[in-house]
Amino acid sequence: MRAMQFLNSLLLKEFVSTFFLAMRYFFKPKPTINYPFEKGYVSPRFRGEHALRRYPNGEERCIACKLCEAICPAQAITIEAGPRQNDGTRRTVRYDLDMVKCIYCGFCQEACPVDAIVEGPNFEFATETREELYFDKEKLLANGDRWEREIAANLDADAAYR
Amino acid sequence: MANIKVDGQEIEVPDHYTLMQACEEAGAEVPRFCYHERLSVAGNCRMCLVEVKGGPPKPAASCAMSVRDLRPGPNGEAPEVFTNTPMVKKAREGVMEFLLINHPLDCPICDQAGECDLQDQAMAYGVDSSRYQENKRAVEDKYIGPLVKTIMTRCIHCTRCVRFTTEVAGISELGLIGRGEDAEITTYLEQAMTSELQGNVIDLCPVGALTSKPYEFTARPWELNKTESIDVMDAVGSNIRVDSRGREVMRIMPRINEAVNEEWISDKTRFIWDGLKSQRLDKPYVKKSKKLQAASWNDAFAAVSRAVKKTSADKIGAIAGDLAGVEEMFALKGIMEQLGVNNLDCRPAGSALEPSKGRASYILNAGIAGIEDADAILIVGSNPRKEAAIVNARIRKAWRASGVPIAVVGDQDDLKFDYEYLGKGVESLAAVAAGDVEFAKTLANAERPMIIVGEGALTGTAGKDVLALASSIAKGSGALSADWNGFAVLHNAAARVGGLDVGFVPAKGGLDRAGMDKAAAGGDLDVVFLLGADDIDMEAYKDAFVVYIGSHGDVGAHAADVILPGVTYTEKSATYVNTAGLVQQTTRAVFGPGDAKEDWAILRALSAHLGEALPYDNLNQLRGALYAQHPHFADIEAPAQEDAKAIEKLAKVPAKIKKAALSTPINDFYLTNPIARASAVMAECSQLAAGGVNEAAE
Repeated sequence: MRAMQFLNSLLLKEFVSTFFLAMRYFFKPKPTINYPFEKGYVSPRFRGEHALRRYPNGEERCIACKLCEAICPAQAITIEAGPRQNDGTRRTVRYDLDMVKCIYCGFCQEACPVDAIVEGPNFEFATETREELYFDKEKLLANGDRWEREIAANLDADAAYR
Repeated sequence: MANIKVDGQEIEVPDHYTLMQACEEAGAEVPRFCYHERLSVAGNCRMCLVEVKGGPPKPAASCAMSVRDLRPGPNGEAPEVFTNTPMVKKAREGVMEFLLINHPLDCPICDQAGECDLQDQAMAYGVDSSRYQENKRAVEDKYIGPLVKTIMTRCIHCTRCVRFTTEVAGISELGLIGRGEDAEITTYLEQAMTSELQGNVIDLCPVGALTSKPYEFTARPWELNKTESIDVMDAVGSNIRVDSRGREVMRIMPRINEAVNEEWISDKTRFIWDGLKSQRLDKPYVKKSKKLQAASWNDAFAAVSRAVKKTSADKIGAIAGDLAGVEEMFALKGIMEQLGVNNLDCRPAGSALEPSKGRASYILNAGIAGIEDADAILIVGSNPRKEAAIVNARIRKAWRASGVPIAVVGDQDDLKFDYEYLGKGVESLAAVAAGDVEFAKTLANAERPMIIVGEGALTGTAGKDVLALASSIAKGSGALSADWNGFAVLHNAAARVGGLDVGFVPAKGGLDRAGMDKAAAGGDLDVVFLLGADDIDMEAYKDAFVVYIGSHGDVGAHAADVILPGVTYTEKSATYVNTAGLVQQTTRAVFGPGDAKEDWAILRALSAHLGEALPYDNLNQLRGALYAQHPHFADIEAPAQEDAKAIEKLAKVPAKIKKAALSTPINDFYLTNPIARASAVMAECSQLAAGGVNEAAE
């Protein structure tokens, strides 16, 4: 045992092996990315910023069934509903989402029968004030309009597993 | 009695029981859509199928098959019913699959979702998927009035609504036309329903085909706080459940109380809630330079106390309106007693009812459920359909069950039951009392005759005569026996019996409402307190200092010099006594708007400014004081048992009868009180009842 230890320290075994380990990482491709200019891979199941989607003809999908409000474990969603002025269909008068309360569990999009509320791939929505994180219907619909392509692609990619 | 075995458990049930009732007696659950306890048996949904031994060798509809239809076994064994066999399970799954074939999958946009029988039973008894590939049928929605919204594709043709409207409401306006796939529920030419009870079809509909139009899409059942309370739209005191969300009342639903409203409520009760949100008085107002201006509570109290201190006790008056609770009337009476005021009245319409004559003389003694026991009914100067739609439904129920002979003195209106019309005036009533008409004999021969006197008939100059005549008819026809008291006063305001019970009537030498009118017009009344009294002619009180305590900006508030904002019945716990003398309490469901306070608390605070503070600081202490003076208020929900001697004493036929027409004071069923007048839904109904709504072309 002592002889073995003596030999190891004489031949600098640990030093050499560490040197090789360092060299291996030195020549490997770098995992670090230049963040704001480069971005990492995001899974289609990623649960980021919420959005309210529209149908291709521009009609909002949400029918104010309030299932997302009911299932939300953080009670972050507040909905008021009523018949829409022009055609009397069931729509939200108000759809408020408190992103500070939200725990990004994704239950809302699971509960939604019409794929209206979804958690999109965006995670870069930090704000300077708390108030900016109280999303209303307008903001959520605007999110939907902005991210529709990515959201649709993600839903497509994940559809096979549902 | 018959013996029957349900799922192996032997029980004994009455012969007339259906298998469904027997199963329920044994504790076995039977799903159903078309069957309803209070409606006739239709047997068309087939959901209640059970397996029977000793009957047809196929699944039997348990709602339509009676216990006595089953044969005992060869050795006299009791017939058997099974609710949990594979055959029953398969039958239920089959029925459910058929029902769901044409039912749209639109639960997310359906108002019934969360309280839907079809949804619940599909979960419990259905299969998980559908085999149906073809196109579903679609049915055009019908217009059946401003209260009930139809989405007819959802209809499963249980015909509960048809049976309710024809049997209970007495309108044959809804019907099922067509057969098989073409069957549709509709009104004739899509006319609006004309019943005051039509809202009940919303509760009866097991699916979302008939839903509440004013409540449309606004809330989900799971987000509502349910508060059990009492209705104050009429003197019936219907038991209701107030569903609220946050600070808003979202809808009002009936509660079951066999002694009062069974499980029906009138449309005014059900759809009044939008009136609770508009025209509200939310801060105190004081009139300054001929204009009402918002003020603080202290300023308002100071203004009242200045006015009171300027005058003397005999120039002060107090009138309690139709919606006042017992507590606030007791508190206001307390203040008036402290000030030495004798001018009190809780009968804005001026009826001849006096608490001093005994409680039996001003209540519906037999109770509302007692109407069903009556074997002859005389209705005097009342239109129960407008004054108390639920009571009218009871009379109709009694009439349908036993064909009880009914006669009417007063208005001749369509009451939804057949009656003999005896005339319009007091003289027709006198003829009954004298035994000059055929119906007098019917009453005399009856074992349990009932004389229903409307409050309207007791007002005016002939009021006392009508009361005397009605009591003498009651006495003469044997309506006042040891076990039956058929003398019945039908009030039309929730506050009236409670007010009479606390003695909110002129004290010795005091003026009643008519007297106060006259005194005020003559300048002999300087200050008048209105406790939610809006149905009086405010012109007479032009020069008086009017203090209005109430919830809505109506007639009284417009004429007021000081407004003290009170709350409505959904926002306070208050005691109300219904027309049958039944004491019931409301529960606070939401808080009042702005600075509005509970009425008794306002009066308690006001009393401190006027001199001596009333001796209670919270509602419990107030109730303690109230119960000490009037012990019967503590017997909540105990049916009234009053001594009929009070009525016998009244039974003196006046020598000379003043000629007067007897009629109901209610012209418009939908607009009888400040809350109803603030409601847009009631306004629309009223317009429709008056002859159509004018709509702008869009």
